[in-house]
Amino acid sequence: MSTNEWPLWEVFIRSKQGLNHKHVGSLRAPDSAMALQNARDVYTRRSEGISIWVVQSALITASDPSDSEAYFEPADSKVYRHPTFYDLPDGIEHM
Amino acid sequence: METLTQEKLAEKFQAKIDADIKIEPNDWMPDTYRKTLIRQISQHAHSEIVGMLPEGNWITRAPSLRRKAVLLAKVQDEAGHGLYLYSATETLGISREETIDDLHSGKVKYSSIFNYPTLSWADMGAIGWLVDGAAIMNQVALCRTSYGPYARAMVKICKEESFHQRQGYEIMTTLMNGTEAQREMAQDALNRFWWPALMMFGPSDAESKHTEQSMRWRIKRFTNDELRQSFVDATVPQAELIGLKIPDPNLKWNEAKGHYDFGAIDWDEFWQVVNGNGPCNKERIEARVKAKEEGAWVREAAMAYAKKHKS
Repeated sequence: MSTNEWPLWEVFIRSKQGLNHKHVGSLRAPDSAMALQNARDVYTRRSEGISIWVVQSALITASDPSDSEAYFEPADSKVYRHPTFYDLPDGIEHM
Repeated sequence: METLTQEKLAEKFQAKIDADIKIEPNDWMPDTYRKTLIRQISQHAHSEIVGMLPEGNWITRAPSLRRKAVLLAKVQDEAGHGLYLYSATETLGISREETIDDLHSGKVKYSSIFNYPTLSWADMGAIGWLVDGAAIMNQVALCRTSYGPYARAMVKICKEESFHQRQGYEIMTTLMNGTEAQREMAQDALNRFWWPALMMFGPSDAESKHTEQSMRWRIKRFTNDELRQSFVDATVPQAELIGLKIPDPNLKWNEAKGHYDFGAIDWDEFWQVVNGNGPCNKERIEARVKAKEEGAWVREAAMAYAKKHKS
């Protein structure tokens, strides 16, 4: 890879007021200002967003897929964390 | 933690695919799966980018402001689609520059349809209607492909492309409702683009060397011949409705099969064009190489500016 290649950016878009920014894809750009500009052109041509975040991909720390069992399985056995685990007497409809 | 052997990993990988669980960039995958996807997705990306050229040819000569705005939007979409797909290719560990250089050196192909010239305004109609129509047939199936980034790009592309086919059909309809000369122009465009459009689905199943493995990996969900048949079945009534005649004397509805029968495709022509001898192969690649070389100073200047302004 040539050292002069533009860095990679991850693009997050808030589609409307009240919703989270959501990852929509990535692009290459020399700096944050152009990353934003390019993100607008590449990812919001049909009013998909009202706000954009761009983050350099190299700055993201991600969990390793090979660790996913150790990371996420412990939650699977804890069904008591969900309301449906509990018995309610007849007559109680909303709780 | 026990270390998994290659065989065990391959087994787990296939099990995931069989269960329709998507494969994501950092997941383990067989080398051949990675290589096949790099080839397939980059080929798709290149087709979007090269596909801008035949239509770009008519932007300045669009017959009205409405048509010009539509054509600009369509060509801009193709650029966007190329970018989604280049990003997806990069997640497989190949650099964007290498991907693009592989196009320029001829190592990786693009859809052979874009090696045909766009001689009249009606070709904008034929391309939108037939070429985008054929592409959509293929891409709708690929929304369920096993590789996550590719599938997500396809979903976005399909959503955006639905207008591409309609605008093309609208151009054809308008011409067919016009003067005798306009009707002839539309028929001539169909005559030139019909067979190349059928070739877009690739070699027949018997000749397609990648199909079997790709189906098992679910990076292909239907075979070339299945998709081609769906395209013919969908398109023939659209042609008839506006008075266009499909240029195939052997085309006829087969009641028993519930499909159209159609004539033999000239595979010699297909391979000639794929292998570089189509009417515009040289011109297309030259245009791409020129864009890369003549734009180099802009990319370098932008990078130098960014470095200088980094605190």
